[in-house]
Amino acid sequence: MENRVTNILLVGVGGQGIILASEIMADVFMEAGYDVKKSEVHGMAQRGGSVSTHVRFGPKVYSPLIKEGEADIFVAFEELEALRYLSYLSPHPTILLNEQRLNPPGVSLGNEDYPADVKEVLSRRAKTFKTIPARDLAVRAGDVRAANVVLLGALHSILSIPEKVWTDHILKRFPPQAGPVNLEAFRLGKAS
Amino acid sequence: MNDPRTVLSGNEAIARGAYESGVKVAAAYPGTPSTEILESLGAYSGPHVEWSPNEKVALETAMGAAFGGARALAVMKHVGVNVAADPLFTLSYTGLRGGLVLVTADDPEMHSSQNEQDNRHYARFAKVPMLEPSDSQEAKDYTKIAFDLSEKFDTPVMLRTTTRVSHSKSIVRAAEPIVPPVKPGLVKDPVKLVMLPANARKRHPVVEKRMEDLARFAETFPENRVEWGDKKVGIITSGISYEYAKEVMPEASFLKLGMVYPLPREMIRSFASRVEKLYVVEELDPFIEEQVRAMGLAVEGKSAFPLIGELNPLLVEKGLKNLPPAPQETAPKLPARPPIMCPGCPHRGIFSILNKMKLFVTGDIGCYTLGFLPPLSAIDTCVCMGASIGHAMGLDKALGEEALGKVAAVIGDSTFLHSGITGLLNVVYNRGAVTVIILDNHTTAMTGRQDHPGTGCTLRGEETFEVDLAKLAKALGVRHVKTVNPYDLAAVERVIKKEVQRPEPSVIISRAPCVLSRREKAVSGKPLAVDSDLCAGCRSCLRLGCPAVAWIKEEGTNARGKKRKGRAAIDEFLCNGCTLCAQVCKFGAIKGNDGK
Repeated sequence: MENRVTNILLVGVGGQGIILASEIMADVFMEAGYDVKKSEVHGMAQRGGSVSTHVRFGPKVYSPLIKEGEADIFVAFEELEALRYLSYLSPHPTILLNEQRLNPPGVSLGNEDYPADVKEVLSRRAKTFKTIPARDLAVRAGDVRAANVVLLGALHSILSIPEKVWTDHILKRFPPQAGPVNLEAFRLGKAS
Repeated sequence: MNDPRTVLSGNEAIARGAYESGVKVAAAYPGTPSTEILESLGAYSGPHVEWSPNEKVALETAMGAAFGGARALAVMKHVGVNVAADPLFTLSYTGLRGGLVLVTADDPEMHSSQNEQDNRHYARFAKVPMLEPSDSQEAKDYTKIAFDLSEKFDTPVMLRTTTRVSHSKSIVRAAEPIVPPVKPGLVKDPVKLVMLPANARKRHPVVEKRMEDLARFAETFPENRVEWGDKKVGIITSGISYEYAKEVMPEASFLKLGMVYPLPREMIRSFASRVEKLYVVEELDPFIEEQVRAMGLAVEGKSAFPLIGELNPLLVEKGLKNLPPAPQETAPKLPARPPIMCPGCPHRGIFSILNKMKLFVTGDIGCYTLGFLPPLSAIDTCVCMGASIGHAMGLDKALGEEALGKVAAVIGDSTFLHSGITGLLNVVYNRGAVTVIILDNHTTAMTGRQDHPGTGCTLRGEETFEVDLAKLAKALGVRHVKTVNPYDLAAVERVIKKEVQRPEPSVIISRAPCVLSRREKAVSGKPLAVDSDLCAGCRSCLRLGCPAVAWIKEEGTNARGKKRKGRAAIDEFLCNGCTLCAQVCKFGAIKGNDGK
């Protein structure tokens, strides 16, 4: 077992399934024998606000928050939100970017511009950089809402935790009829 | 055997702890970050679990249960304790028979609050002990300890959490519930429970003696513990701050306080004498630091760590290691994502009219406080639950004719029932010319749609009496009570214009369920669309501030030859078909997807 703590930062927009993804991760890491803590920051809005979730696992975890400058793995569910949290990244992070843009109100109203160079900025900053068309893959799996599970599949491919632990906990979180779609979403994410 | 471990939030763990303690009555008013405690407890069968109309009623209900020998829990956010402070301070005198735990969920950083008061002061002020957990396992364990201490010392016990403890998740080991040692029943004890001055004077010395006993107990309380490490640095800390300090300086010596009031003075003195440099790491006020200083000890606290906002590992590291401010990664200036009313929200129509009429709007606590944000920009005050009505009354009495027709109070249904009723009663009694708009969306929306006395449903989902807000207003003496459909902009404008001009009390009930309600729907759910040929690019629809309506920059002319700088477009996934945008469009460009 690794004897240091692994820091995973997930960011995106309320409604993208980030919190559910982080809850599955916490269960998976506990089952795999680690200590785990997770914490999220979200504003007052039920939907549409900026969301970030910190997940940390290792032999013993104290702080539920990642120290700025120490996120090893960065999973961005939305492109603009990825830029908001750059100060949290470690010097050599792995970045998984979901290729999706959701306009914030200022952009919708035509008062501000959506940043143009997200991928360049992130690829320069990352040790390993991967883009994932999670939304398209989720649609291919059978439900656009499974984009978060696609990203869990992509995350699985860079961590060394048995696949069965992931799939067991994914199945636990959904009603039986949604099981096959989510397993397919996980598989597509893993292969992406 | 099943794995007894689960990953729980601090709030879920407190609920589990209360359940394992054999709690019989639990009462709360929803408020971030405390809400999930009662929701989680409601998932266990056994205890009576209720949403009370406000925190004072919640604590009084818990008190009654504890007087009857049952274990009782009252839960509230930090500012909720202000509402419940009246019973709390005298409960400290009476004590109780069954254990009573009052959970205060503080919100440093004001993630969802109007202030960041540090409720540790309440423990000292009300002379009651306070426990403060650092993670979910402790949240569960301390809840159980709190019930035991409550019965042992005949005192209410406060359990203080913060947003970061309440909403973080970590591993918790579950246990089976116990049968509490005290047997519930009616036991008369008027000298102890009737706080006439003569009796209260007898109780005050008991309170002081109890605090001395508790201070002695704190010296051997196992959750106040020393973790020896390098003796160059000694850190006194509690709650979430312990985790941050341990993270960034695991090699230091720690005095970890599970009980933050009263403090174990001898333990502190002995710890201080054995370390070279002493720190207190605590969020918000220098509550522990000042008491340590008063003992004559040299200590670093707020000189090294911020007084304002949440701590985090980086801030604690900077303070402990005296680091210079690190060069910040240059963050690009990014468009913000502020909280915003949902597409189809019933509040939007009211605020678009209030904005149009340029009224001075006294506001209250709830989703509708977001009516402050542009482009609606139609809230002028917001202080605490129920205050909108008093504010409007004061403006009327101070300004008289000058304010007539220019002021309205807005308050949600849950907030009105929490503490707006007495304000309205005062308007009637003292002859105020005040218009109160009750934004009745039939739920407590902001905290995640909890039931209240106006929804006809209890916390456990049982059917119950549903208070009729119009009849209630009439019973208080309001003669002019109108109900409007907030999705009918013309009607909303007509009614508000008429009512604000009245030189006497009036109430407008804006009635439509929260767009997120699972029980009722007032909007079609069928998305509208913009006919690009007809859109004149006037931006009227955008002034509603609906997330489903966007502006597309595109200079040119529409099909009728009208010049425009761009056009509006509706996101069919977000639109709920509330039709407000179609109502404000002067060009008939917004229609249902079927063309109607």
